Amino acid sequence: MADAIVTMEARRLDERTSVVDISGEVTSSCEPALMAAYEAAGGPRAQRLILNFSGLEYMNSGGIGMLVTLLVRAKRQHQQLAAYGLSQHYRQIFELTRLDEVIAIFDDEPAALAGAGRP
Amino acid sequence: MTAPVGGVPTPDPGARETLPRDAGAWAAKVDRLEVQPRDGARASNVAGRRLMGPVQGFGKMWQKTYRVDVGSSISPTQAIATWKAHFPEFWPAGNRFSGALTGIQPGDVALLDLAMGGGVRLSTGVFVLYADDESFTLMTPQGHMFAGWISFSAEAERGTTTLQAQVLMRANDPLYELGMMLGGHAKEDRFWAATLGAVATRLGAPEAPVQARSVCVDNHRQWKRVGNTWHNAMVRSMAQRLGSPLSSRRRPS
Repeated sequence: MADAIVTMEARRLDERTSVVDISGEVTSSCEPALMAAYEAAGGPRAQRLILNFSGLEYMNSGGIGMLVTLLVRAKRQHQQLAAYGLSQHYRQIFELTRLDEVIAIFDDEPAALAGAGRP
Repeated sequence: MTAPVGGVPTPDPGARETLPRDAGAWAAKVDRLEVQPRDGARASNVAGRRLMGPVQGFGKMWQKTYRVDVGSSISPTQAIATWKAHFPEFWPAGNRFSGALTGIQPGDVALLDLAMGGGVRLSTGVFVLYADDESFTLMTPQGHMFAGWISFSAEAERGTTTLQAQVLMRANDPLYELGMMLGGHAKEDRFWAATLGAVATRLGAPEAPVQARSVCVDNHRQWKRVGNTWHNAMVRSMAQRLGSPLSSRRRPS
């Protein structure tokens, strides 16, 4: 398998909330990039972490596994994890793998911010 | 870095969706598993069950990785094609994988009959979550000993093709968690090491050593999942086997 082509950039919206913009191909080989983005997003200090999948072009089962390890890390820090920008195809994959039960899914960023309980 | 709220555009919900190239590799969404009866394989512990990801399990979360190098004479896609086509043949003796006749295709349900030691057999199943030319992933249903998935892949690395089986799992309920602590993990390690060894032998690398690595991803147990015990396929398999002589005796000839 060739190295995945992906960019993961963190945006800190405020002290408590960060967004990670994910573009390209998400596979298990993206784990260092995701963990770097997690740290840039504030690491354990961020209370709400929102994943923006608007630029997602490809994801295999290794990519889903990587999201589970991120979820475990976030849960350990008592952080809320949300996602938006998923196409219908990837939304169904979240439902199939039952990740939608633990990662709140929204249509867009304002809805994710509101849904994540932003004051 | 900061950015205004809504600073990144999101797709127009009204726009027609173009399917990505992974679309054919994923199974279609299912709520509960449907399975056709197969000769000699018990489907009652699988039919109607929900799929269980690692998040839905009870025990500590483990990531177990087994790898073997098979040399440079076979490509990753050839290796995965062989592995998929002959998947049941690589399982250790005494264990049975009863898959669909089509091989390993997204959405297939396979029935398993596993030797658990002491004459105990476990009847359960797996669901093909994902399959492409270089990898495939099986996901477990309620009642299986673990909640999670097993990914099989091959990649070209430093001039050789490396096969990998990676399990991301939690024991499904407290009984299974206890079993894993009392030798279940070691038994699982032997199972996958034997499987990879068999694949390597088929691919022409009979002496290749299998490397194993286990990482505890989350050492917390999810006590809110204790109710998973209701579906425990081990308990049900034992009850079904104990009950079967009586039911066959009652059955008119």
